[in-house]
Amino acid sequence: MGEFIVKKDQIILGIETSCDETAAAVIKNGTEILSNVISSQIESHKRFGGVVPEIASRMHVEQITLVIEEALLQADVTYKDIDAVAVTEGPGLVGALLIGVNAAKAVAFAHGIPLVGVHHIAGHIYANRLIQEMKFPALSLVVSGGHTELILLKEHGSFKVIGETRDDAAGEAYDKVARTLNFPYPGGPHIDRLAHEGKPSINLPRAWLNGSYDFSFSGLKSSVINTLHNAEQRGETIEPADLAASFQASVIEVLVTKTLKAAEDFNVKQVMLAGGVAANKGLRAALTEAFTAVPDIELVIPPLSLCTDNAAMIGAAGSILFEKGKRSDLALNGNPGLDIENL
Amino acid sequence: MKVLALDTSNFILGISLIEDDKVIGEYITNLKKNHSLRVMPAIEGLLKECDTTPAELDKIVVAKGPGSYTGVRIGVTIAKTLAWTLKIPLSGISSLEALAANARFFEGYIAPLFDARRGLIFTGLYKFTNNKLETIIEDCNILSVDWAKRLKSTNESILFIGQDIALHQEAIKEVLGEQAIFAPPSLFNPRPSELALLGRDKDEEDIHQFVPNYVRMAEAEVKWLETQAKKNDL
Ligand SMILES: [Zn+2]
Repeated sequence: MGEFIVKKDQIILGIETSCDETAAAVIKNGTEILSNVISSQIESHKRFGGVVPEIASRMHVEQITLVIEEALLQADVTYKDIDAVAVTEGPGLVGALLIGVNAAKAVAFAHGIPLVGVHHIAGHIYANRLIQEMKFPALSLVVSGGHTELILLKEHGSFKVIGETRDDAAGEAYDKVARTLNFPYPGGPHIDRLAHEGKPSINLPRAWLNGSYDFSFSGLKSSVINTLHNAEQRGETIEPADLAASFQASVIEVLVTKTLKAAEDFNVKQVMLAGGVAANKGLRAALTEAFTAVPDIELVIPPLSLCTDNAAMIGAAGSILFEKGKRSDLALNGNPGLDIENL
Repeated sequence: MKVLALDTSNFILGISLIEDDKVIGEYITNLKKNHSLRVMPAIEGLLKECDTTPAELDKIVVAKGPGSYTGVRIGVTIAKTLAWTLKIPLSGISSLEALAANARFFEGYIAPLFDARRGLIFTGLYKFTNNKLETIIEDCNILSVDWAKRLKSTNESILFIGQDIALHQEAIKEVLGEQAIFAPPSLFNPRPSELALLGRDKDEEDIHQFVPNYVRMAEAEVKWLETQAKKNDL
Protein backbone atom coordinates (compact mmCIF):
# COMPACT_ATOMS: atom_id res chain seq x y z
CA MET A 1 0.00 0.00 0.00
CA GLY A 2 1.44 3.31 -0.99
CA GLU A 3 0.64 5.60 1.85
CA PHE A 4 0.78 9.28 1.35
CA ILE A 5 2.48 10.95 4.26
CA VAL A 6 2.36 14.70 4.53
CA LYS A 7 5.28 15.84 6.59
CA LYS A 8 4.13 18.44 9.02
CA ASP A 9 6.34 21.42 9.68
CA GLN A 10 8.53 21.05 12.72
CA ILE A 11 8.03 23.91 15.20
CA ILE A 12 10.46 24.52 18.08
CA LEU A 13 10.09 27.01 20.92
CA GLY A 14 13.57 28.13 21.97
CA ILE A 15 14.41 29.72 25.34
CA GLU A 16 17.73 31.29 26.34
CA THR A 17 18.72 32.89 29.69
CA SER A 18 22.39 31.95 30.09
CA CYS A 19 23.74 35.46 30.68
CA ASP A 20 22.14 38.89 30.43
CA GLU A 21 19.54 38.44 27.68
CA THR A 22 16.12 36.93 28.34
CA ALA A 23 15.14 35.47 24.99
CA ALA A 24 12.52 33.28 23.34
CA ALA A 25 12.00 32.37 19.69
CA VAL A 26 9.96 30.11 17.45
CA ILE A 27 11.78 28.25 14.69
CA LYS A 28 10.24 26.36 11.77
CA ASN A 29 12.04 23.31 10.37
CA GLY A 30 15.29 24.35 11.98
CA THR A 31 15.95 27.03 9.43
CA GLU A 32 13.20 29.62 9.48
CA ILE A 33 12.68 32.25 12.17
CA LEU A 34 8.99 32.77 12.98
CA SER A 35 9.82 35.02 15.92
CA ASN A 36 12.94 36.06 17.80
CA VAL A 37 12.31 38.09 20.96
CA ILE A 38 15.14 39.41 23.11
CA SER A 39 14.94 41.45 26.29
CA SER A 40 18.41 42.79 26.98
CA GLN A 41 19.55 43.70 30.48
CA ILE A 42 22.71 45.41 29.30
CA GLU A 43 21.62 48.85 30.50
CA SER A 44 21.01 47.51 34.02
CA HIS A 45 24.50 46.03 34.30
CA LYS A 46 26.40 49.00 32.85
CA ARG A 47 26.70 50.88 36.13
CA PHE A 48 28.37 47.82 37.69
CA GLY A 49 30.95 47.57 34.89
CA GLY A 50 29.90 44.03 34.00
CA VAL A 51 27.16 41.45 34.37
CA VAL A 52 26.19 40.91 38.03
CA PRO A 53 24.89 37.32 38.28
CA GLU A 54 22.36 37.99 41.07
CA ILE A 55 20.90 40.95 39.21
CA ALA A 56 20.80 39.00 35.95
CA SER A 57 18.86 36.22 37.69
CA ARG A 58 16.40 38.68 39.21
CA MET A 59 15.76 40.32 35.86
CA HIS A 60 15.22 37.01 34.07
CA VAL A 61 12.36 36.22 36.49
CA GLU A 62 10.79 39.60 35.65
CA GLN A 63 10.95 39.03 31.91
CA ILE A 64 10.62 35.32 31.27
CA THR A 65 6.87 34.84 30.74
CA LEU A 66 6.51 38.15 28.88
CA VAL A 67 9.25 37.21 26.44
CA ILE A 68 7.90 33.71 25.77
CA GLU A 69 4.39 35.09 25.30
CA GLU A 70 5.64 37.67 22.82
CA ALA A 71 7.54 34.99 20.86
CA LEU A 72 4.43 32.79 20.59
CA LEU A 73 2.23 35.76 19.61
CA GLN A 74 4.61 37.00 16.93
CA ALA A 75 5.01 33.50 15.51
CA ASP A 76 1.24 32.99 15.65
CA VAL A 77 1.54 29.42 16.91
CA THR A 78 -0.34 27.57 19.63
CA TYR A 79 0.98 24.89 21.98
CA LYS A 80 -0.55 22.22 19.71
CA ASP A 81 1.79 23.32 16.92
CA ILE A 82 4.94 23.06 19.02
CA ASP A 83 6.98 19.87 18.65
CA ALA A 84 9.53 20.63 21.36
CA VAL A 85 10.70 23.22 23.84
CA ALA A 86 14.46 23.76 23.47
CA VAL A 87 16.30 25.53 26.26
CA THR A 88 19.90 26.47 26.99
CA GLU A 89 21.09 24.14 29.77
CA GLY A 90 24.67 25.46 29.83
CA PRO A 91 27.27 26.78 29.91
CA GLY A 92 26.51 30.15 31.45
CA LEU A 93 25.70 31.75 34.81
CA VAL A 94 24.05 29.02 36.84
CA GLY A 95 21.44 31.26 38.51
CA ALA A 96 20.52 32.71 35.13
CA LEU A 97 20.33 29.33 33.39
CA LEU A 98 17.94 28.05 36.08
CA ILE A 99 15.25 30.56 35.12
CA GLY A 100 15.08 29.49 31.48
CA VAL A 101 15.39 25.81 32.34
CA ASN A 102 12.59 25.86 34.91
CA ALA A 103 10.30 27.98 32.75
CA ALA A 104 10.91 25.59 29.84
CA LYS A 105 10.16 22.59 32.04
CA ALA A 106 6.92 24.21 33.26
CA VAL A 107 5.74 24.90 29.70
CA ALA A 108 6.72 21.41 28.52
CA PHE A 109 4.99 19.74 31.48
CA ALA A 110 1.84 21.86 31.31
CA HIS A 111 1.22 20.95 27.66
CA GLY A 112 2.91 17.56 27.39
CA ILE A 113 5.51 18.85 24.93
CA PRO A 114 8.96 17.17 24.64
CA LEU A 115 11.87 19.05 26.18
CA VAL A 116 15.37 19.35 24.70
CA GLY A 117 18.37 20.79 26.58
CA VAL A 118 20.73 22.71 24.28
CA HIS A 119 24.40 23.66 24.65
CA HIS A 120 24.77 27.44 24.36
CA ILE A 121 27.72 27.22 21.94
CA ALA A 122 25.92 24.65 19.79
CA GLY A 123 23.26 27.35 19.61
CA HIS A 124 25.74 30.00 18.47
CA ILE A 125 26.99 27.64 15.75
CA TYR A 126 23.46 26.77 14.59
CA ALA A 127 22.62 30.47 14.22
CA ASN A 128 24.39 29.93 10.90
CA ARG A 129 21.79 27.42 9.74
CA LEU A 130 19.20 30.20 9.90
CA ILE A 131 21.17 31.85 7.07
CA GLN A 132 22.63 29.01 5.06
CA GLU A 133 22.19 25.19 5.08
CA MET A 134 25.22 23.46 6.59
CA LYS A 135 27.70 21.45 4.52
CA PHE A 136 29.83 18.85 6.25
CA PRO A 137 32.51 18.58 7.39
CA ALA A 138 32.15 22.10 8.70
CA LEU A 139 34.32 24.23 10.94
CA SER A 140 33.09 26.91 13.29
CA LEU A 141 35.14 29.71 14.81
CA VAL A 142 33.38 30.58 18.06
CA VAL A 143 34.41 33.90 19.59
CA SER A 144 32.61 35.48 22.52
CA GLY A 145 33.17 36.97 25.95
CA GLY A 146 33.64 33.52 27.41
CA HIS A 147 34.78 31.41 24.45
CA THR A 148 37.38 31.25 21.72
CA GLU A 149 37.16 27.86 20.06
CA LEU A 150 37.52 26.06 16.77
CA ILE A 151 34.85 23.38 16.56
CA LEU A 152 34.65 20.72 13.89
CA LEU A 153 31.26 19.32 12.85
CA LYS A 154 31.43 16.02 10.93
CA GLU A 155 27.65 15.93 10.76
CA HIS A 156 24.61 17.57 12.33
CA GLY A 157 24.73 17.68 16.12
CA SER A 158 28.30 16.36 16.41
CA PHE A 159 30.85 18.77 17.85
CA LYS A 160 34.60 18.27 18.29
CA VAL A 161 36.69 21.02 19.87
CA ILE A 162 39.96 21.08 17.91
CA GLY A 163 41.28 24.32 19.39
CA GLU A 164 40.47 26.55 22.33
CA THR A 165 41.93 29.41 24.33
CA ARG A 166 44.44 28.50 27.00
CA ASP A 167 43.74 31.65 29.01
CA ASP A 168 41.48 34.60 28.17
CA ALA A 169 38.68 34.42 25.64
CA ALA A 170 39.01 36.93 22.80
CA GLY A 171 35.99 38.87 24.06
CA GLU A 172 37.50 38.99 27.55
CA ALA A 173 40.73 40.46 26.15
CA TYR A 174 38.67 43.06 24.27
CA ASP A 175 36.82 44.05 27.45
CA LYS A 176 40.01 44.29 29.50
CA VAL A 177 41.79 46.39 26.89
CA ALA A 178 38.71 48.59 26.66
CA ARG A 179 38.78 49.09 30.42
CA THR A 180 42.45 50.07 30.22
CA LEU A 181 41.48 52.70 27.65
CA ASN A 182 38.66 53.85 29.99
CA PHE A 183 35.73 52.71 27.88
CA PRO A 184 32.55 51.71 29.70
CA TYR A 185 31.32 48.12 29.74
CA PRO A 186 30.83 46.39 27.34
CA GLY A 187 34.05 47.58 25.76
CA GLY A 188 34.45 45.30 22.74
CA PRO A 189 32.39 47.39 20.30
CA HIS A 190 34.30 50.55 21.38
CA ILE A 191 37.63 48.94 20.50
CA ASP A 192 36.26 47.74 17.16
CA ARG A 193 35.03 51.24 16.32
CA LEU A 194 38.22 52.94 17.54
CA ALA A 195 40.41 50.45 15.65
CA HIS A 196 38.93 51.67 12.39
CA GLU A 197 40.07 55.21 13.20
CA GLY A 198 43.68 54.27 13.93
CA LYS A 199 46.65 52.55 12.30
CA PRO A 200 48.08 49.23 13.50
CA SER A 201 51.46 50.94 13.96
CA ILE A 202 52.36 49.52 17.37
CA ASN A 203 54.13 46.20 17.40
CA LEU A 204 52.19 43.79 19.60
CA PRO A 205 52.82 40.04 20.00
CA ARG A 206 50.90 37.24 18.31
CA ALA A 207 50.69 33.96 20.19
CA TRP A 208 50.98 31.37 17.43
CA LEU A 209 51.37 28.27 19.66
CA ASN A 210 52.73 26.42 16.66
CA GLY A 211 51.48 22.92 15.99
CA SER A 212 48.23 23.57 17.82
CA TYR A 213 44.90 25.15 16.98
CA ASP A 214 44.77 26.62 20.48
CA PHE A 215 44.73 30.35 21.24
CA SER A 216 46.22 32.58 23.93
CA PHE A 217 45.35 36.24 24.47
CA SER A 218 46.59 37.03 27.97
CA GLY A 219 50.12 37.92 26.74
CA LEU A 220 48.68 40.31 24.19
CA LYS A 221 46.45 41.92 26.78
CA SER A 222 49.42 42.41 29.15
CA SER A 223 51.47 43.81 26.31
CA VAL A 224 48.80 46.44 25.59
CA ILE A 225 48.71 47.43 29.26
CA ASN A 226 52.54 47.57 29.45
CA THR A 227 52.80 49.62 26.28
CA LEU A 228 50.45 52.22 27.73
CA HIS A 229 52.16 52.16 31.11
CA ASN A 230 55.68 52.52 29.69
CA ALA A 231 54.67 55.38 27.44
CA GLU A 232 53.09 57.12 30.42
CA GLN A 233 56.29 56.77 32.42
CA ARG A 234 58.35 58.23 29.60
CA GLY A 235 55.88 61.08 29.37
CA GLU A 236 54.87 60.07 25.85
CA THR A 237 51.34 59.83 24.59
CA ILE A 238 50.03 56.93 22.60
CA GLU A 239 47.17 57.45 20.22
CA PRO A 240 44.39 55.21 21.68
CA ALA A 241 43.05 54.60 18.17
CA ASP A 242 46.43 53.26 17.06
CA LEU A 243 46.66 51.04 20.11
CA ALA A 244 43.16 49.71 19.49
CA ALA A 245 43.98 49.11 15.83
CA SER A 246 47.21 47.30 16.74
CA PHE A 247 45.47 45.16 19.34
CA GLN A 248 42.64 44.28 16.98
CA ALA A 249 45.12 43.48 14.19
CA SER A 250 46.91 41.01 16.44
CA VAL A 251 43.72 39.27 17.60
CA ILE A 252 42.27 39.06 14.11
CA GLU A 253 45.45 37.86 12.42
CA VAL A 254 45.72 34.94 14.84
CA LEU A 255 42.01 34.06 14.61
CA VAL A 256 41.90 34.22 10.81
CA THR A 257 45.21 32.41 10.21
CA LYS A 258 44.34 29.54 12.55
CA THR A 259 40.82 29.21 11.17
CA LEU A 260 42.11 29.07 7.61
CA LYS A 261 44.78 26.49 8.54
CA ALA A 262 42.28 24.27 10.37
CA ALA A 263 39.77 24.58 7.52
CA GLU A 264 42.37 23.36 5.04
CA ASP A 265 43.81 20.66 7.32
CA PHE A 266 40.38 19.14 7.92
CA ASN A 267 39.17 19.60 4.33
CA VAL A 268 36.01 21.32 5.43
CA LYS A 269 33.34 22.45 2.99
CA GLN A 270 32.10 25.30 5.14
CA VAL A 271 33.39 27.69 7.79
CA MET A 272 30.90 29.35 10.14
CA LEU A 273 31.55 32.32 12.37
CA ALA A 274 29.75 32.24 15.72
CA GLY A 275 29.48 34.07 19.06
CA GLY A 276 29.18 37.65 20.24
CA VAL A 277 32.58 38.78 18.95
CA ALA A 278 31.40 37.69 15.50
CA ALA A 279 29.74 41.11 15.48
CA ASN A 280 33.24 42.62 15.22
CA LYS A 281 33.50 44.40 11.85
CA GLY A 282 37.25 43.96 11.62
CA LEU A 283 36.99 40.21 12.10
CA ARG A 284 34.17 39.85 9.58
CA ALA A 285 36.10 41.79 6.96
CA ALA A 286 39.37 39.90 7.53
CA LEU A 287 37.69 36.47 7.38
CA THR A 288 35.80 37.41 4.23
CA GLU A 289 39.02 38.52 2.58
CA ALA A 290 40.98 35.42 3.65
CA PHE A 291 38.32 33.00 2.40
CA THR A 292 37.86 34.76 -0.94
CA ALA A 293 41.20 33.18 -1.80
CA VAL A 294 39.83 29.65 -1.14
CA PRO A 295 36.59 29.53 -3.13
CA ASP A 296 35.95 25.83 -2.47
CA ILE A 297 35.36 26.59 1.21
CA GLU A 298 32.11 28.43 1.84
CA LEU A 299 32.27 31.11 4.53
CA VAL A 300 29.06 31.86 6.45
CA ILE A 301 28.80 34.91 8.68
CA PRO A 302 25.50 35.46 10.45
CA PRO A 303 24.00 38.95 10.63
CA LEU A 304 24.86 40.90 13.80
CA SER A 305 21.47 40.20 15.38
CA LEU A 306 22.14 36.45 15.34
CA CYS A 307 25.72 36.70 16.66
CA THR A 308 24.85 38.01 20.11
CA ASP A 309 22.84 35.80 22.48
CA ASN A 310 19.37 34.98 21.21
CA ALA A 311 16.87 32.13 21.38
CA ALA A 312 16.50 31.61 17.62
CA MET A 313 19.89 29.91 17.66
CA ILE A 314 18.78 27.70 20.57
CA GLY A 315 15.67 26.76 18.62
CA ALA A 316 17.79 25.99 15.54
CA ALA A 317 20.19 23.75 17.49
CA GLY A 318 17.27 22.22 19.38
CA SER A 319 15.60 21.37 16.09
CA ILE A 320 18.50 19.13 15.03
CA LEU A 321 18.91 17.56 18.47
CA PHE A 322 15.17 16.83 18.58
CA GLU A 323 15.32 15.27 15.13
CA LYS A 324 18.23 13.12 16.28
CA GLY A 325 16.09 11.85 19.14
CA LYS A 326 17.46 13.84 22.04
CA ARG A 327 14.93 14.28 24.87
CA SER A 328 15.51 15.83 28.28
CA ASP A 329 13.35 14.91 31.24
CA LEU A 330 11.86 17.14 33.94
CA ALA A 331 15.02 16.72 36.03
CA LEU A 332 16.90 18.85 33.47
CA ASN A 333 19.11 21.28 35.35
CA GLY A 334 21.23 24.31 34.51
CA ASN A 335 24.81 23.13 34.00
CA PRO A 336 27.38 25.96 33.92
CA GLY A 337 30.17 23.58 32.86
CA LEU A 338 28.29 21.63 30.18
CA ASP A 339 30.64 19.90 27.69
CA ILE A 340 29.80 20.34 24.01
CA GLU A 341 31.41 17.05 22.98
CA ASN A 342 29.09 14.86 25.08
CA LEU A 343 25.63 16.07 24.20
CA MET B 1 -11.42 24.22 42.65
CA LYS B 2 -8.02 22.54 42.48
CA VAL B 3 -5.03 24.48 43.78
CA LEU B 4 -1.40 23.47 43.38
CA ALA B 5 0.97 25.08 45.89
CA LEU B 6 4.75 25.02 45.96
CA ASP B 7 7.43 26.21 48.36
CA THR B 8 11.14 26.06 47.55
CA SER B 9 12.25 29.04 49.65
CA ASN B 10 14.77 27.06 51.68
CA PHE B 11 16.04 23.48 51.86
CA ILE B 12 12.49 22.33 52.44
CA LEU B 13 10.69 21.36 49.26
CA GLY B 14 6.93 21.41 49.69
CA ILE B 15 4.18 20.72 47.16
CA SER B 16 0.49 20.23 47.76
CA LEU B 17 -2.71 19.74 45.86
CA ILE B 18 -5.98 20.78 47.44
CA GLU B 19 -9.53 20.67 46.12
CA ASP B 20 -11.85 23.16 47.82
CA ASP B 21 -11.45 22.39 51.53
CA LYS B 22 -9.84 19.01 51.05
CA VAL B 23 -6.11 18.41 51.10
CA ILE B 24 -5.64 15.73 48.42
CA GLY B 25 -1.89 15.34 48.43
CA GLU B 26 1.16 16.76 50.07
CA TYR B 27 4.89 16.21 49.51
CA ILE B 28 7.58 17.49 51.86
CA THR B 29 11.30 16.82 52.01
CA ASN B 30 13.95 18.59 54.05
CA LEU B 31 17.15 17.81 52.19
CA LYS B 32 20.20 19.72 51.06
CA LYS B 33 19.48 18.77 47.46
CA ASN B 34 19.03 20.74 44.28
CA HIS B 35 15.54 22.25 43.88
CA SER B 36 16.06 23.04 40.21
CA LEU B 37 16.45 19.35 39.50
CA ARG B 38 13.71 18.08 41.84
CA VAL B 39 10.73 20.45 41.81
CA MET B 40 9.21 19.62 38.42
CA PRO B 41 9.59 15.83 38.84
CA ALA B 42 8.01 16.19 42.31
CA ILE B 43 5.06 18.17 40.89
CA GLU B 44 4.65 15.62 38.11
CA GLY B 45 4.79 12.76 40.64
CA LEU B 46 2.26 14.27 43.04
CA LEU B 47 -0.24 15.21 40.32
CA LYS B 48 0.05 11.75 38.78
CA GLU B 49 -0.49 10.10 42.16
CA CYS B 50 -3.57 12.30 42.62
CA ASP B 51 -4.87 11.51 39.10
CA THR B 52 -4.80 15.15 38.18
CA THR B 53 -3.59 16.61 34.88
CA PRO B 54 -2.07 20.09 34.65
CA ALA B 55 -5.10 21.22 32.64
CA GLU B 56 -7.36 20.43 35.59
CA LEU B 57 -5.62 22.92 37.87
CA ASP B 58 -7.54 26.09 38.73
CA LYS B 59 -4.93 28.07 40.59
CA ILE B 60 -1.24 28.13 41.51
CA VAL B 61 0.04 29.35 44.88
CA VAL B 62 3.70 29.92 45.59
CA ALA B 63 5.82 30.89 48.57
CA LYS B 64 7.31 34.14 47.26
CA GLY B 65 10.13 34.62 49.78
CA PRO B 66 12.06 35.65 51.67
CA GLY B 67 14.53 32.78 51.77
CA SER B 68 17.36 31.53 49.60
CA TYR B 69 17.45 33.81 46.54
CA THR B 70 17.96 30.91 44.16
CA GLY B 71 15.44 28.71 45.93
CA VAL B 72 12.71 31.34 45.87
CA ARG B 73 13.42 32.13 42.23
CA ILE B 74 13.01 28.51 41.17
CA GLY B 75 9.61 28.28 42.86
CA VAL B 76 8.42 31.65 41.56
CA THR B 77 9.63 30.93 38.01
CA ILE B 78 7.85 27.57 37.89
CA ALA B 79 4.69 28.98 39.50
CA LYS B 80 4.39 32.02 37.25
CA THR B 81 5.19 30.03 34.11
CA LEU B 82 2.63 27.33 34.99
CA ALA B 83 -0.05 29.91 35.82
CA TRP B 84 0.65 31.93 32.69
CA THR B 85 0.84 28.99 30.30
CA LEU B 86 -2.25 27.26 31.78
CA LYS B 87 -4.10 30.62 31.87
CA ILE B 88 -5.04 30.26 35.54
CA PRO B 89 -4.62 32.69 38.45
CA LEU B 90 -1.53 32.90 40.64
CA SER B 91 -1.19 34.00 44.26
CA GLY B 92 2.03 34.62 46.17
CA ILE B 93 2.27 34.11 49.93
CA SER B 94 5.11 35.13 52.20
CA SER B 95 7.34 32.13 52.90
CA LEU B 96 7.43 33.23 56.54
CA GLU B 97 3.65 33.48 56.72
CA ALA B 98 3.38 29.92 55.39
CA LEU B 99 5.68 28.76 58.19
CA ALA B 100 3.78 30.79 60.80
CA ALA B 101 0.61 28.91 59.82
CA ASN B 102 2.10 25.82 61.51
CA ALA B 103 1.35 27.50 64.86
CA ARG B 104 -2.37 27.78 64.24
CA PHE B 105 -3.35 27.10 67.86
CA PHE B 106 -0.80 29.33 69.54
CA GLU B 107 -2.46 32.33 71.15
CA GLY B 108 0.48 34.76 71.35
CA TYR B 109 2.66 36.21 68.64
CA ILE B 110 4.37 33.96 66.12
CA ALA B 111 7.85 34.82 64.83
CA PRO B 112 8.87 32.49 61.97
CA LEU B 113 12.51 32.90 60.98
CA PHE B 114 15.11 31.83 58.43
CA ASP B 115 18.82 32.39 59.01
CA ALA B 116 20.22 35.09 56.73
CA ARG B 117 23.93 34.77 57.76
CA ARG B 118 26.15 36.99 59.91
CA GLY B 119 23.66 37.14 62.78
CA LEU B 120 20.85 38.25 60.50
CA ILE B 121 17.49 36.61 60.06
CA PHE B 122 14.53 36.93 57.74
CA THR B 123 11.52 37.22 59.98
CA GLY B 124 8.14 38.83 60.53
CA LEU B 125 5.51 38.85 63.26
CA TYR B 126 2.20 37.05 62.87
CA LYS B 127 -0.81 36.23 65.00
CA PHE B 128 -3.89 34.06 64.64
CA THR B 129 -7.05 36.04 65.41
CA ASN B 130 -10.36 34.20 65.01
CA ASN B 131 -8.53 31.45 63.18
CA LYS B 132 -7.20 33.95 60.64
CA LEU B 133 -3.50 34.64 60.28
CA GLU B 134 -2.67 38.34 60.61
CA THR B 135 0.57 40.14 59.87
CA ILE B 136 1.68 42.26 62.84
CA ILE B 137 5.13 43.25 61.56
CA GLU B 138 6.01 42.94 57.86
CA ASP B 139 8.77 40.56 56.78
CA CYS B 140 12.21 42.06 57.31
CA ASN B 141 15.92 41.33 57.42
CA ILE B 142 17.31 42.10 60.87
CA LEU B 143 19.93 40.99 63.43
CA SER B 144 18.29 38.37 65.65
CA VAL B 145 19.37 40.27 68.76
CA ASP B 146 17.78 43.50 67.47
CA TRP B 147 14.64 41.58 66.60
CA ALA B 148 14.43 40.20 70.14
CA LYS B 149 14.84 43.71 71.58
CA ARG B 150 12.10 45.00 69.32
CA LEU B 151 9.72 42.26 70.44
CA LYS B 152 10.39 42.72 74.16
CA SER B 153 7.95 45.64 74.46
CA THR B 154 5.04 43.49 73.24
CA ASN B 155 4.97 41.91 76.72
CA GLU B 156 3.42 38.83 75.11
CA SER B 157 4.61 35.29 74.62
CA ILE B 158 6.35 34.89 71.30
CA LEU B 159 6.71 31.57 69.55
CA PHE B 160 9.87 31.31 67.45
CA ILE B 161 9.55 28.77 64.68
CA GLY B 162 11.81 27.41 61.95
CA GLN B 163 14.71 25.02 61.65
CA ASP B 164 17.30 27.79 61.95
CA ILE B 165 16.17 28.84 65.46
CA ALA B 166 19.04 26.87 67.05
CA LEU B 167 21.48 29.39 65.51
CA HIS B 168 19.75 32.34 67.20
CA GLN B 169 18.12 30.78 70.27
CA GLU B 170 20.79 32.00 72.69
CA ALA B 171 20.72 35.61 71.48
CA ILE B 172 16.93 35.67 71.62
CA LYS B 173 16.71 34.02 75.06
CA GLU B 174 19.18 36.47 76.51
CA VAL B 175 16.91 39.37 75.64
CA LEU B 176 13.47 37.85 76.01
CA GLY B 177 13.94 35.20 78.71
CA GLU B 178 10.67 33.40 79.47
CA GLN B 179 8.82 35.53 76.95
CA ALA B 180 10.40 33.46 74.17
CA ILE B 181 9.02 30.02 73.35
CA PHE B 182 10.71 27.77 70.83
CA ALA B 183 8.74 25.44 68.58
CA PRO B 184 9.69 21.75 68.37
CA PRO B 185 11.27 20.27 65.19
CA SER B 186 7.98 18.66 64.12
CA LEU B 187 6.73 22.19 63.33
CA PHE B 188 9.82 23.33 61.41
CA ASN B 189 8.72 22.30 57.93
CA PRO B 190 6.18 24.70 56.44
CA ARG B 191 3.11 22.75 55.36
CA PRO B 192 2.41 23.23 51.64
CA SER B 193 -1.28 22.53 52.34
CA GLU B 194 -1.37 25.57 54.66
CA LEU B 195 0.29 27.52 51.83
CA ALA B 196 -2.41 26.35 49.41
CA LEU B 197 -5.19 27.32 51.83
CA LEU B 198 -3.65 30.72 52.52
CA GLY B 199 -3.36 31.39 48.78
CA ARG B 200 -6.67 29.93 47.68
CA ASP B 201 -8.74 32.99 48.57
CA LYS B 202 -6.05 35.58 48.13
CA ASP B 203 -6.13 38.20 45.35
CA GLU B 204 -4.46 37.11 42.16
CA GLU B 205 -1.15 38.57 41.09
CA ASP B 206 -0.29 40.17 37.77
CA ILE B 207 1.53 37.08 36.50
CA HIS B 208 4.04 38.79 34.15
CA GLN B 209 5.02 41.34 36.80
CA PHE B 210 5.20 38.84 39.63
CA VAL B 211 8.65 38.51 41.25
CA PRO B 212 9.95 37.14 44.55
CA ASN B 213 9.97 39.26 47.67
CA TYR B 214 13.71 39.05 48.39
CA VAL B 215 13.36 41.55 51.30
CA ARG B 216 17.02 42.38 50.69
CA MET B 217 18.72 44.18 47.82
CA ALA B 218 21.35 42.37 45.78
CA GLU B 219 24.83 42.78 47.30
CA ALA B 220 26.16 44.58 44.21
CA GLU B 221 23.29 47.07 44.43
CA VAL B 222 23.99 47.81 48.10
CA LYS B 223 27.69 48.40 47.37
CA TRP B 224 26.88 50.59 44.38
CA LEU B 225 24.54 52.75 46.47
CA GLU B 226 27.22 53.07 49.16
CA THR B 227 29.76 54.25 46.59
CA GLN B 228 27.26 56.76 45.22
CA ALA B 229 26.57 58.06 48.73
CA LYS B 230 30.31 58.48 49.35
CA LYS B 231 30.69 60.36 46.08
CA ASN B 232 27.88 62.71 47.08
CA ASP B 233 29.54 63.35 50.43
CA LEU B 234 32.74 64.58 48.79
ZN1 LIG C 1 26.69 33.49 23.92
